[in-house]
Amino acid sequence: MASPSDSQTASSLIETIQLEHVPSSYTVLVGLFKDVSNAEFLQQQLLGRNSEYEYAFIDASSVISRIQVLAAVYKAITIHMSGSMKTPNVHSEIVCSLSPNNNISEAYRRFGITPSSSKHLIIVKVLTPLPAITTTTTSSSPLTPQAVHQHLFANVKGTPTPFTDEVLQSGLTDWAKVRKYYKLNGVGWLDSIKDESLRRREAEVLVLGSMALRSL
Amino acid sequence: MAKTAQWRKIHPPPPPPAQQQSEKPHEPKPETEQFPLPTILTYPSSTPPTLITQGAEARLYKTTYLLPSLPAALKYRPPKTWRHPVLDARLTRHRILAEARVLTRCRRAGVPVPAVYAVDEGAGWLAMEWIGGPPARAAINEWLKRRKEEEGGEGRAVPVTGKEERDKQLVALMRRIGSAVGRMHGVGVVHGDLTTSNMMLRPWEKGREPANGYAATGEGVGDGLLDGDIVIIDFGLASQSTSDEDRAVDLYVLERAFASTHSRAEALFTATLESSYKETFKQAPVVLKKLEEVRMRGRKRSMIG
Ligand SMILES: Nc1ncnc2c1ncn2[C@@H]1O[C@H](COP(=O)(O)OP(=O)(O)OP(=O)(O)O)[C@@H](O)[C@H]1O
Ligand SMILES: [Mg+2]
Repeated sequence: MASPSDSQTASSLIETIQLEHVPSSYTVLVGLFKDVSNAEFLQQQLLGRNSEYEYAFIDASSVISRIQVLAAVYKAITIHMSGSMKTPNVHSEIVCSLSPNNNISEAYRRFGITPSSSKHLIIVKVLTPLPAITTTTTSSSPLTPQAVHQHLFANVKGTPTPFTDEVLQSGLTDWAKVRKYYKLNGVGWLDSIKDESLRRREAEVLVLGSMALRSL
Repeated sequence: MAKTAQWRKIHPPPPPPAQQQSEKPHEPKPETEQFPLPTILTYPSSTPPTLITQGAEARLYKTTYLLPSLPAALKYRPPKTWRHPVLDARLTRHRILAEARVLTRCRRAGVPVPAVYAVDEGAGWLAMEWIGGPPARAAINEWLKRRKEEEGGEGRAVPVTGKEERDKQLVALMRRIGSAVGRMHGVGVVHGDLTTSNMMLRPWEKGREPANGYAATGEGVGDGLLDGDIVIIDFGLASQSTSDEDRAVDLYVLERAFASTHSRAEALFTATLESSYKETFKQAPVVLKKLEEVRMRGRKRSMIG
């Protein structure tokens, strides 16, 4: 058994993030797991609509920064609030929000979990407010952040790692993919920026722009 | 369309959360009482949004995006009660989208404009990168004022010809304006409302001044007042166009606006703008020829009018 201090450090690797301009009734939990060995199992749970595994599993190789993920979460929450979701739940909506276009299955393939290529996973859980009218069927008690932590640590076979830009930049991002997905290859001036951090910042805002104008 | 409807039947979205209505908005501040906030800004944030301007069509708020540390400009087009609601919603949607598209197009092409962060065309808002620093207009006016004070303040101010050593910072700024406009035109965007109010002067980060001589530092009027990159904003009237006539009109509007807000530097501006515009835009000579025609028409009109 892990000592209390161990579980505390592990737990702190799943962050609770209060996004700006999001009702406080939404709670966002994010964690990064490196070297995940049971991606296939996790994907099976998604495909089987096992509600216990209702997470946004994001392939970290398609991600260049924290902000990119948070922007997708934010967009998914606003879509959830407006009741205009085009996918089953807020978590699938997060994966689709990373995409610069409206092709849902392509978005799952490129930004979601795939057993063959997903090694490092960013996992997001959004605890949403209870629906106004709850049908009386077995409405299980609402999830707590602690329950989410426990479930993730018990079922994701990988190494919890701080979800920071530095970690993403330490070889997790697959630039060739990101360039292809967000059509950054034709952007010559980007390549000519010598300062690495400036180049990343510029790439990041181009990615945000593509995500914001998805479908439009 | 039909596909989406079907998908929804199988996966009905959950009913809107009850909290949506009952979520406590920020205590309305005196200034916002008059102008109700867009719903998105009523949700909690680390700092309350501030109303920066209330234009005829749009309101601009300074706020945050995602994190307390990321400032953002939110442009909101409130519903117009005198217009038919369906028509109004369509027009607003259209304008927000058009502005967001032009901004992302420019940014991608390396034209200095704010990056787009998020768009909700249905709700009538667009969130973009916050550009620190004053509008170019304010900086230029302050600079001209200080220059006049240096002259002793008595009598007519000496026109700025650009010949004097002390004026080189203004010349450098004008060059930066010309090259920004040239780059914008070069990627097929016409602004529609080019003025020095629609350009921000973003302070340089340490060690990132341009190396092409367009940053005149050192001695001069109002030390450092005119330092910074030109960032073009307000694409509310912009369009994607490669017409030389449209481009010439853009330049003409800027020239007239400059003449009326900073008349003492008018002649200098025209000359500097033209030369720096040429440097960043291949087709400049054709546009500048058109500009001559547009000027003529303008003069005739003002003689008749
Ligand atoms: N991205 C930004 N960062 C910082 N300040 C901004 C930004 N965008 C606009 N502003 C400030 O807000 C003012 C108004 O913005 P803008 O010119 O886009 O609106 P507007 O003129 O009211 O719009 P429109 O002409 O489309 O109706 C600007 O003059 C500037 O001072
Ligand atoms: Mg304006």
